[in-house]
Amino acid sequence: MSEAKQPIKSIVTPSRLEYDFTPGIATTRFLRHMEEGRIVGQRCAECTKVYVPARGSCPRCGVATKEEVEVGPNGTVTTFCVVRVPSENIDLTLPYTAAHILLDGADIPFFALIQECDAADVRMGMRVEAVWAAKEEWGPTFENIRYFRPIDEPDVPFDDFKEHL
Amino acid sequence: MAEHCAVIGVGQTQHDAKRIDVSQYGLVREAAERALEDAGMTYADIDAVVVGKAPDMFEGVMMPELMLADSLGAVGKPMLRVHTAGSVGGSTAIVAASLIQAGVHDRVLTVSYEKQSESNAMWALSVKVPFQQGMVAGAGGYFAPLIRAYMKRSGAPEDTGIRVALKDRQNALKNPYAHLKLEGIDFDQIANSPMLWDPIRYLETCPSSDGACAMVLGNAAVAKKAPKKPAWVHATAMRTEPTMFSGRDQVNPQAGQDCARVLYKKAGISDPRKEIDCCEIYVPFSWFEPMWMENLHFAPESEGWKMTYEGATALDGDLPVNMSGGVLSSNPIGASGMLRFAEIANQIRGEAGEHQVDGAKKGLGHAYGGGSQFFSMWIVGDQPL
Repeated sequence: MSEAKQPIKSIVTPSRLEYDFTPGIATTRFLRHMEEGRIVGQRCAECTKVYVPARGSCPRCGVATKEEVEVGPNGTVTTFCVVRVPSENIDLTLPYTAAHILLDGADIPFFALIQECDAADVRMGMRVEAVWAAKEEWGPTFENIRYFRPIDEPDVPFDDFKEHL
Repeated sequence: MAEHCAVIGVGQTQHDAKRIDVSQYGLVREAAERALEDAGMTYADIDAVVVGKAPDMFEGVMMPELMLADSLGAVGKPMLRVHTAGSVGGSTAIVAASLIQAGVHDRVLTVSYEKQSESNAMWALSVKVPFQQGMVAGAGGYFAPLIRAYMKRSGAPEDTGIRVALKDRQNALKNPYAHLKLEGIDFDQIANSPMLWDPIRYLETCPSSDGACAMVLGNAAVAKKAPKKPAWVHATAMRTEPTMFSGRDQVNPQAGQDCARVLYKKAGISDPRKEIDCCEIYVPFSWFEPMWMENLHFAPESEGWKMTYEGATALDGDLPVNMSGGVLSSNPIGASGMLRFAEIANQIRGEAGEHQVDGAKKGLGHAYGGGSQFFSMWIVGDQPL
């Protein structure tokens, strides 16, 4: 078959996506606190749960959250996975540990990176602390916290955090 | 409901890692035309088309329903696109069924698909969200911690996931359309396959597939004239919950429990384990079989693994699950939910071929999506309810 008659099975059309995110009132306050090296959540007046990062309303009760509560910087690993597979847009050395971390004083865990610890040593209930970037690099971003690392405290018993799984 | 709805035609493509022999149009038409042929119809007989797929970034084509309108014979007819993340194949079928049940249309073609080789699904699922550290590696990275939580909570034997994977991979060998057909697969191969997202192994994981699924749904008058035995829709249900709230049980989500409860109630089922003959459920990682057995009220909390262990969910068990090989064997994400709904309909129609459960009269199709936050389910039976 001549080249002109060969079927074309694939062409590459790259696309690129960038977006401007408008954080809104609650997230703006969270980011301003981050800029000062503090992690601040919000307490729901109805169920008393502390959300971080707060979005300005309680997803459960549907009411606005106003009371601000400083949480962390230490926390507990509730569960985790050890990632051994590369992904195009993740620039981390494999394997790395992605954990759900429940900050002290908060009532919801969030995903974060564990470092300075062998993946095989990470445990449910392990105590960790936030490791911050150098102060001069701080901005209104969660990236001020580079990762979490273990601290020398006894593990939290499973029953104390099982409601957050 | 005002009108009965029945599945009168089912079609699916050959699922594969790369279907570069067909365009997206060609892929959906392959499934749609098989479903129409099964129903003894052509596009001209159809009143409306309901199409579903997962995020547009999976192919990089925005609003593909625009370009698919003429491919699927929807010109001059109503066309709807549905999107509820991984559960979309299920919710698309439910939207189509609702149009029949409401008496709006007599014959509806519903199609869902994904052509994942045209973009990169893991990339699309790992896009950095503001204010999160960018390290949640695809769906596996999201669900692996939940599986670890289930293992700890239930005390299930560590090889439960391997046993599920072995069963589904063996079932897939009986399914001519399955993407992954691993001849000679055994326990050790799965146990020794690499950990990708520890505790999830490579062979406990779904593939990334190109594929489509389609069904023709009709009302009672249409179903009575259908060339093959119909599967009657007894009940449908969908439920949603937020991705994050304090105290959220991500292992056994409330929305899934509620969805199943209302589904059984609508279908007049009081003891699902006894009354349902077989299930096709959305298990993208093997451990989700025992997790969903509990969420769907087939087993008490923390005991779902026993069903796998005792062989209840095997093809010859008392509640066969994923006879087709399931999502573990073919995963064109947007179609994966509809494949569950269509496979269970084919069981009831007696059209499941080598993976047919003898005498299946009542079955459950199930799909979930997002961060275990969208659920869609239906019950189909061999007689109208």
